[in-house]
Amino acid sequence: MTVTVDAAALALGDDALVLSHRLGEWAGHAPVLEEEVALANIALDLLGQARVLLSMAGDEDELAYLREERAFRNLQLVEQPNGDFAHTIARQLYFSTYQRLLYAHLASGDGRFAGLAAKAVKEVAYHQDHAEQWTLRLGDGTDISHERMRTACRALWRYTGEMFEPVEGLDVDWEGLRSAWLESVSAVLLRATLDVPEGPPSGAWSAGAGRQGVHTEPFGLMLAEMQHLHRSHPGASW
Amino acid sequence: MTTNDWPLWEVFVRSRRGLSHTHAGSLHAPDAELALRNARDLYTRRGEGVSLWVVPSSAITASSPDEKDPFFEPAADKPYRHPTFYEIPEGVQHL
Amino acid sequence: MATAAQRAARTRADGPADETGFAAAYETAFDAAVAADERIEPRDWMPEAYRATLVRQIAQHAHSEIIGMQPEANWITRAPSLRRKAILMAKVQDEAGHGLYLYSAAETLGTSRDELLDKLHSGRQKYSSIFNYPTLTWADVGAIGWLVDGAAITNQVPLCRCSYGPYARAMVRICKEESFHQRQGYELLLALSRGTPEQHAMAQDAVDRWWWPSLMMFGPPDDESQHSAQSMEWKIKRHSNDELRQRFVDICVPQAESLGLTLPDPELVWNEERGHHDFGEIDWTEFREVLKGNGPCNEQRITQRRRAHEEGAWVRDAAAAYARKHTAEEHGKAAA
Repeated sequence: MTVTVDAAALALGDDALVLSHRLGEWAGHAPVLEEEVALANIALDLLGQARVLLSMAGDEDELAYLREERAFRNLQLVEQPNGDFAHTIARQLYFSTYQRLLYAHLASGDGRFAGLAAKAVKEVAYHQDHAEQWTLRLGDGTDISHERMRTACRALWRYTGEMFEPVEGLDVDWEGLRSAWLESVSAVLLRATLDVPEGPPSGAWSAGAGRQGVHTEPFGLMLAEMQHLHRSHPGASW
Repeated sequence: MTTNDWPLWEVFVRSRRGLSHTHAGSLHAPDAELALRNARDLYTRRGEGVSLWVVPSSAITASSPDEKDPFFEPAADKPYRHPTFYEIPEGVQHL
Repeated sequence: MATAAQRAARTRADGPADETGFAAAYETAFDAAVAADERIEPRDWMPEAYRATLVRQIAQHAHSEIIGMQPEANWITRAPSLRRKAILMAKVQDEAGHGLYLYSAAETLGTSRDELLDKLHSGRQKYSSIFNYPTLTWADVGAIGWLVDGAAITNQVPLCRCSYGPYARAMVRICKEESFHQRQGYELLLALSRGTPEQHAMAQDAVDRWWWPSLMMFGPPDDESQHSAQSMEWKIKRHSNDELRQRFVDICVPQAESLGLTLPDPELVWNEERGHHDFGEIDWTEFREVLKGNGPCNEQRITQRRRAHEEGAWVRDAAAAYARKHTAEEHGKAAA
């Protein structure tokens, strides 16, 4: 494959693709039927975004199905396994808040992502609202749900730092983004009677993270499942 | 505890500006905020609506049945939900 | 125009003084409404057996939609192109939606969704046996769309005119969406059939496995069908099992030809005299065995459904607890 890496389109596209895939794994397993529909809506929005973004960087299917793990540029956060519903909601809260702020910024400019971002930011605002509603209910629901949500928010905190690593090709005030994100997420957590996690927002390993193509173990398995059929029939069309 | 604690809500959809809200069906939700969101996801996923009402079913006092079939506008997005998205060879019928 | 008797029957909720005295008038009004192709609505008087039949049928239908998500969701994570992935996700999501429309229709008859789910989970209510077959390859997703959804549509289109209003309305909505399901399945199989030899073989294999179970979806032959006669009289059902099965076979034969795939029945042949296709004997032993619980996936399907429900309990409880706290708070504020 050609190595003219369109870093920004891949970073944003891979985030959307991988999170969409993870949310798709909920199909048939959601805690209540209404939530089957809600999670699938979010997954479909993200997949739609991924297809536009990957197509800016090349052929969407080649990029999704034929790249090796180290060539994916998504955040480690979005590849984390679904866990229980609390983990999924914590992941949604962290990511959708980031994505909404980032897309709102991109939509306001005149860069190449402005058009996509203008459409996507409306979808993402809804994703953030969904995550917020559920964070409130799990955090301020029962003792059990509070404990589960607290655990989930802590467990995923270490993957939030890399969201603010600069992405080549995106003209963004990353520090400003970080503080806006922290303010927004903290406000939701406090309303949900949850603490803002105290640990470091990044892992101790200095090899870099998703944006540099370094991922976590569950991601390889996810790709194996996602890519196997496509790769089993080289050149076939579907 | 069960979803008995999630009461039933009736959903009304305004399919486009100029029309009034029409009863579309019902759903379960723990409170009004989630009821509204669930209704959005369930009853307008093909772009069938521009406005929604949710009402606790228990709050409705009925006289006689006079519900009307809802009508749907096709969604502008996600065309693959519609049968015309698929190309079928000429001559194939009843599909 | 509603007759006086019908109007009288519809005000049942006001409570007649003497139930037995009015019973005959109610029954006459109900029969007249059904005969005149009017819809029966939730607050109308209806015979208890009519209500019970509807609850059983709508529940079974709703259960089929949500159990039916499983065999297809099995392939969401492996869909071979992003376009197919989006289509499949949207389809499985529609099935959850259809389940919700149907549970909501059943609830208008005074049975809660919880009760119905409980009956599903404990095996006291059934879902369509077709979903007890496994999806072994990607082509099965296409075969389900074309054949299973095709059979379902053949069954369901007449239900849009079913005598019970909320069920008929749910079916109108569902049938519109099902048409997308069937077409995507056909298109998926067509791509495989015209693809590489391996893809073609995959498509043929799927059709070989799904054809006979699809024919079983219309239920037992007319002379063995328990509920048919009464349901036809009440206009819950409009055509007999065998009639619909024949219609489905006649529709599928030319479609299979266009696909370039063979239907696995050597006895399948056009009968000029009848104006229909003759087809081979269905293996009713297999049908009964799968119905009894001995199909390849009965245990797996119900176990997954139960687990999702049980593992979701803490989430539902949390939302209910939150609603109680915050509704109380709002009331407190309003009072203050």
